[in-house]
Amino acid sequence: MAQRQLTGSRLRARRLDMGLRQADLAARAGISASYLNLIEHNRRRIGGRLLRVLAEALQADPSAFTDEAEAALMTRLRAAAAARGDTVELERVEDFAGRFPGWAGLVAAQDARLSALERQLRAARDRMAHDPALAASLHDVISAATAIRSTASILVGGEEIDADWQRRFHGNIHQDSQRLADASRALAGYLDAPADGGGVPMAPVEEVEAFLAAQGHHHPDLEFPDAPPQAAAALVAAASPPLGRAAADLALVHLDRYREDAQALPLAEFTAAAVAAGHDPAILAARFGADLDRVLRRLAALPDDPVHPPRGLAVCDGAGAILMLKPMAGFSLPRGAAACPLWPLYQALSLPGQPLRRTVALPGETAPRLECYALAVPRVPAGFNRAAPLVATMLVMPATDPADTADPVGPGCRFCPRTTCIARREPSAMATTDSASGL
Amino acid sequence: MAKRVLLIEDEPNIIEAISFILSRDGWTVHTQSDGVTALDRVRALPPDLVILDVMLPGKSGFDILREMRADATTAAMPVLMLTARGQERDRDLALKLGVTRFMTKPFSNAEVLEAVRTMAGG
Repeated sequence: MAQRQLTGSRLRARRLDMGLRQADLAARAGISASYLNLIEHNRRRIGGRLLRVLAEALQADPSAFTDEAEAALMTRLRAAAAARGDTVELERVEDFAGRFPGWAGLVAAQDARLSALERQLRAARDRMAHDPALAASLHDVISAATAIRSTASILVGGEEIDADWQRRFHGNIHQDSQRLADASRALAGYLDAPADGGGVPMAPVEEVEAFLAAQGHHHPDLEFPDAPPQAAAALVAAASPPLGRAAADLALVHLDRYREDAQALPLAEFTAAAVAAGHDPAILAARFGADLDRVLRRLAALPDDPVHPPRGLAVCDGAGAILMLKPMAGFSLPRGAAACPLWPLYQALSLPGQPLRRTVALPGETAPRLECYALAVPRVPAGFNRAAPLVATMLVMPATDPADTADPVGPGCRFCPRTTCIARREPSAMATTDSASGL
Repeated sequence: MAKRVLLIEDEPNIIEAISFILSRDGWTVHTQSDGVTALDRVRALPPDLVILDVMLPGKSGFDILREMRADATTAAMPVLMLTARGQERDRDLALKLGVTRFMTKPFSNAEVLEAVRTMAGG
């Protein structure tokens, strides 16, 4: 794990740079020197008002000391505790992450892995229960076994059987044993090599997500002027690890749209305009005469570059199922579990065609504030008297003005400490945290 | 007069073995392999008892049982159902549809004989 600096370490470094004594800084902030010492050694989490006071005393912006990755880690640790730990010292999660960042990262990573494996296990179990090929194979084995058992027990039953019948039953047993051999061999072969190429099957959407993430959600091959449609197909074909058929189809749909977006909003021109417009999607849509959802996707697809803020993107259908997700620090949506309905992504679904801009905050004092731009539009043009299914797109960037009031959002009810939230659908599995503010 | 049993099953060697043990036990055994025409056969005979496999070509044993129970002439006929899948929901469905007895493959001959004798006697 890279040695990223925790908030306390950064505060300490800044204080030493300024030649301030611990006791002096503590006095200015109205806390005891020993408490400041704990903070500086990452033994106590800090955020909110106290962080602002300390930052002011250190003549720096509070954001200079916070770390989005740290906040994200905390969220993941809480989620891990909520999912599996009954006896976890939740109130000391910050202490833990502060003192053992490597171990904490490992716990979070293992929890993510466990969740992924559980999903795959469910998929595998469904496959066992519903796969017609497996059912047919088992049926063959059982039928042959039934016939053999019944016939053999007639032969050894001790009652007199005439020679014709005996010959006949011997023949049948021979025939059925042949069938049983073939059927059991087929069954073993089937169980050896899953139809989709081995390994634990991933859902196609997850395969595509891993593929896109590996490419950094940016595809230079599709950025050339007049990049041909075959360029998208070539990218899919060259995927490593190779994509399954369903995943390849999905990826191709995604990349085709990417190519269209890139042709409509060429990279060089769009990059310059985005920087000039402060990455404001509305200004860019007007400047290029482009659809707003296209601008949102295009902004998210810009390459990682210091001139661009970090960007996350989520696309969902009318049922809220995630079709595409590009996570960023502080922003992710659970796949296969119910997300927080307060994300503007979902609110946009009830206001088709109406762009929404919202500043949102996850629970916790140090959680990052995010700027969300969301819009739901019909997937295909609507016909007369025929509703077209909606697709909502949401672009997420760090909030530029931390003073803005932020709407609460959460990591999903089970992991969310906002006990009194009006959108709550099930109780939180977490002990409520006393430090959670802005409920 | 010997009692009549209709065996609705599509595996020839299972048909042969069951026919043999039931005939030896004094039954007159009729067999039927196709699911679609099975109900007509039941009505035409009609047998004293039906042994019905779940997986049949053309029509499932469950559908045949459902139709038998809906028809006044066959509603009370004893039915022994055979299935290669012992799952709870198959058993539940069979019971809900009004099966008399339910047996999973591979069965033993003694089990079948015991079931058939009990059902015919009762």
